[in-house]
Amino acid sequence: MSTIKADVRRYIEENFLLGAGAVSPGDDDSFLEHQVLDSTGFLELVAHLEETFGFKIGDDEMVPENLDSLNAIEAFVQRKQGAA
Amino acid sequence: MSAVPLGPESLKLDCEAELQRISQWIPQVLTQKLRRRGLVVAISGGIDSSVCAALSVRALGAKKVFGLLLPERDSSGFSTERGRQLAEHLGIEYQVHDIAPALDALGCYQQRDEAIRRVVPAYGEGWKNKIVIAGGVEGGINFFKLVVQSPDGEQQSVRLPLREYLQIVAATNFKQRVRKTMDYYHADRLNYAVVGTPNRLEYDQGFFVKNGDGSADLKPIAHLYKTQVYAMARHLGLPDAICNAVPTTDTYTLPQGQDEFYFALPYAQMDIALWALEHGRSAEELALALKMTPAQAQRVYDDIRAKRRATEYLAAAPELIPD
Repeated sequence: MSTIKADVRRYIEENFLLGAGAVSPGDDDSFLEHQVLDSTGFLELVAHLEETFGFKIGDDEMVPENLDSLNAIEAFVQRKQGAA
Repeated sequence: MSAVPLGPESLKLDCEAELQRISQWIPQVLTQKLRRRGLVVAISGGIDSSVCAALSVRALGAKKVFGLLLPERDSSGFSTERGRQLAEHLGIEYQVHDIAPALDALGCYQQRDEAIRRVVPAYGEGWKNKIVIAGGVEGGINFFKLVVQSPDGEQQSVRLPLREYLQIVAATNFKQRVRKTMDYYHADRLNYAVVGTPNRLEYDQGFFVKNGDGSADLKPIAHLYKTQVYAMARHLGLPDAICNAVPTTDTYTLPQGQDEFYFALPYAQMDIALWALEHGRSAEELALALKMTPAQAQRVYDDIRAKRRATEYLAAAPELIPD
């Protein structure tokens, strides 16, 4: 697993799943559909990504295509890092 | 497609029949469940609390209803004026209590302004603020923007980081919670029950503060759509200033519509969307009624369901470990 996905998975497990026995999301699982994250959860995730990877996420980038699964986040972070 | 077209007609209410039903329900609940002798209603000057106060008077008579006007530093003067007008119109005893000193002592304004200044360092005396929701209806993820206005009228808008957003909301929630403390002081003093004033849209979508405006002993219009509450206000013959009041939060210093802060659409459209979802209408039907694309209508449905999930706990009793 990539470093990006491993980091985000760990963050989700530690902050949202809290060891309550829920299955960790698959790489392509939608956080919304699987009710892993609500809107506040996404704001927490965005803050984590900005802090961890050192970039700002624009308003127009706050879309499910960039943030709603581990694979989407990995691709998004790689695009952002490539553009930097 | 269903045979009956979806639209404003779907929300048509037999106001007189509903008035009779509520007027009978209130004394039954008071005597059989709550065992209290009258009702306390906090009157904001908006449509919902005005209709609740008027319904309470219809049910029990003016002598059994106590009105509270609880302005604070950021309240619009119009709200208090309309509140007074209503109380006089209904002939109820009422009290105006400025809660700003209590909020000041609790740090409400200070905590809010400190969070705002972390985002807009120039923010200070004479500036105004509000929070607006963004993202969701355009297919994005909901987030919140802080809008501030300098004393010379210049506005700027900035996306709120989570920590600052939560602190601003937590600080402003003091307002609803202090108001509720006042409601219950008077309810205890008079041996009355406290009326909660959410309409169906607010109640269903969790648009209230837990242990704040969400706390009450009875909620007589929580089954009525906002459109129906306006119809009931006109049926009850409430003053024009109240019947025509535009719904605002009256919580932030800049004028703030409820749809800016919380709902995906203006209330008349949200009512239709919620009714349509409740009655199993498809996103395509909703799209036709609201003149939007089916994809947009689907996002409105998704947003309604997401808000229900996110706010379910607000109205729930505390969780207990089962035997």
